[in-house]
Amino acid sequence: MTLVLNEEQVMLRDAASDFLNSRAPVSHFRELRDNRDEIGFSTGLWAEMVEMGWSSIIIPEQYGGLDYGYTGLGLVLQECGRTLSPSPLISTSLLGASALLLSGNEGQCEHWLPGICSGETLLTTAFDESPLHRPALVNTVAVPEDGGYRINGAKLAVPDGKTADAFIISARTPEADASNGSLSLFLVPAGTTGLHLDSTPVLDNRHLCSLKLEDVFVSQAHRLGQADQGLQLLEAVLDRGRIGMAAEMLGIAQECFKRTVEYLKERKQFGVPIGSFQALQHRAATLFGEIELSKSVVLRALQAIDENSDQVPVLASLAKAKCGLTAELATAESIQMHGGIGMTDEFDLGFFIKRWRSLNQQLGDARYHLDRFASLRGY
Amino acid sequence: MMNDDTGTFRDEVRQWLEENCPEEMRSPMLSDKDACWGGRNFTFQSEAQRLWLERMSARGWTAPDWPTEYGGGGLDSEQLKILKQEMARIKARPALYSFGISMLGPALLKYGNEEQKQKFLPPIVRGEIRWAQGYSEPNAGSDLANLQAPAVDMGDHYLLNGSKIWTSYGDEGDWMFCLVRTDQQAPKHRGISFMLFDMKTPGITVRPIKLISGRSPFCEVFFEDVKIPREQQVGELNKGWEIAKYLLTHEREMISWSGLSTSGTRSVSETATDFIGLNQAKLDDAMLRGDIARFEMNEMAFALTIERARDEVKAGVSLGAVSSWFKFYGTELNKQRYNLLMDIHGIEALAWRGAESQDGKLARDWLRTKGNSIEGGTSEIQLNIVAKHILGLPG
Repeated sequence: MTLVLNEEQVMLRDAASDFLNSRAPVSHFRELRDNRDEIGFSTGLWAEMVEMGWSSIIIPEQYGGLDYGYTGLGLVLQECGRTLSPSPLISTSLLGASALLLSGNEGQCEHWLPGICSGETLLTTAFDESPLHRPALVNTVAVPEDGGYRINGAKLAVPDGKTADAFIISARTPEADASNGSLSLFLVPAGTTGLHLDSTPVLDNRHLCSLKLEDVFVSQAHRLGQADQGLQLLEAVLDRGRIGMAAEMLGIAQECFKRTVEYLKERKQFGVPIGSFQALQHRAATLFGEIELSKSVVLRALQAIDENSDQVPVLASLAKAKCGLTAELATAESIQMHGGIGMTDEFDLGFFIKRWRSLNQQLGDARYHLDRFASLRGY
Repeated sequence: MMNDDTGTFRDEVRQWLEENCPEEMRSPMLSDKDACWGGRNFTFQSEAQRLWLERMSARGWTAPDWPTEYGGGGLDSEQLKILKQEMARIKARPALYSFGISMLGPALLKYGNEEQKQKFLPPIVRGEIRWAQGYSEPNAGSDLANLQAPAVDMGDHYLLNGSKIWTSYGDEGDWMFCLVRTDQQAPKHRGISFMLFDMKTPGITVRPIKLISGRSPFCEVFFEDVKIPREQQVGELNKGWEIAKYLLTHEREMISWSGLSTSGTRSVSETATDFIGLNQAKLDDAMLRGDIARFEMNEMAFALTIERARDEVKAGVSLGAVSSWFKFYGTELNKQRYNLLMDIHGIEALAWRGAESQDGKLARDWLRTKGNSIEGGTSEIQLNIVAKHILGLPG
């Protein structure tokens, strides 16, 4: 596939850009933050995004979706990175929908996906159990019982947990051989007895929740995919999330870079625009290149998902690592080149670096993914 | 995008290569000596090498996308891609390395008159004339437009004096394409012309420059009353800077591709795995493993970015000043690659003479890469160009 967007994709991206700039610019996020909102996004804005079809971009038409593929959703997430528009797109429409689609259970898809498309249903994923991303390290246990499972354990870093209608969790069944990493995934509806949620606002004003499962009972029908074969499914879901987050980080880097280049042309010191100084020109030119590299990586990774390529894992780690590092550089350089004003809360740049930090830390940071990249390539 | 036409073309190419590419030419080159540069003084390393050049050039495929009327292959971009893919598939070596094809040819096609195209292009395709580039001077490096070598109009010819420096393989070139000053009074960019001459012309002296690698890929060239026939001046008089810029863009693109490991050579991680070994499936040197992973992340991202740029060019977007960034990044990557290769080989990397190390090939190659980010415009100049022409930053 060529590394150029097709007409449909260009239209989707431009429509997303127009919508976000008019309905959810950075000032929208600032208002939520100032009002200490309870959930991390605006339900009104989400309803409008659903209206645009964004909740269902990757979902096939048979379930009421748009079926534009991951490339389409990635482009929207990239635009959301530029405007810092908060929504449950990653938790529900990317991670949740991917888990259902990849598990391949027709009944579950029919039960949940139409609700995601219409905006009635929000999902989220609860995988990690330690502060550092270690998806195979699962102490949550699911014991088979009465045609179902009794689950005990605890989860961390659950995005948009407060609004979720169901949680997709990873757990280990006692008979599974722990050494080969076999896991199972379960869908636990919110409100199930024994499910306790604790919501904490984090630095980017999103809510990352912790989840406790105490003797939670779910039926067989709530297991996603094969029993004890969940690690592969889990990694596939995570890879889609990682690539989506990479796309959002790319958007963050692009916006910081754009604002910084504009500032370099505007801001005068010693009687000249500071952008005429070679020290700053070279740093800006270097950053330009890092963003170009990240654009290629994100596009190829998104295309790989749509093509069902066996390169998805290596490209996911490549994208998450490269975009994490690029957005780190872009956000830090934008503050430095803006000088003191870049440090003020009144100015927007702080929002970008906080959001980058949050995305960087979720689903594995750059170092985690460089390690995985090396392992996947056999060294 | 495979349609019937390209499918047929692919079959045709595959069959022709099968029948015409000698077996010995289907393996990676072992040393620089295996590269065929052609020219009047070239000695073929083998009959297979000679035959391969003869067959490829007869078909026009040493310059596959040049018009057939000048000996080229007349291929469109889709066919060119197929030819490259099919050659890569059987690991065919390039039949000819040539500055004539990569640099002079595109300039002649764009700026040369009909007579010049007829005279110079076909021998380039056939690898009969090896070209050298006369650009830099002792006081015109990064500030190339400051070049001074005067060519004075004497009616039917120009009289050239002065000197050039950093001329790649100047001692092996048959002819030179050269930037000279034809107007001393005009602003520096507007008094430069583009000329071609035989290196055997009386008054030319060539002196190789020994580098830190111990090799001499570059020369100094001195001119003393060298007569250049009038018809060997290309394009408009005093507008040679435009041709120079056009050519430099080509040169940058060519150098930047060198940032990619070519098919057949082993990747840095494979080399490290062979030399150091794995421990529990991970390279048995944790810090080096991290450095290699970071390098290969960027190497892969760069390969994808080149692919994207090519796709965009095909879709009608012009590359423009972005070629400066490609030159910058490709050469910086290549320096990193050789630093890592040196690190991987430890004490063995220090070998300088002897058959086992091919006369210290690795160490000498490593030292050679230090010049990658200087020749063809330094990294700093490339970043200046990106800042000014892509980002629109002032002054």
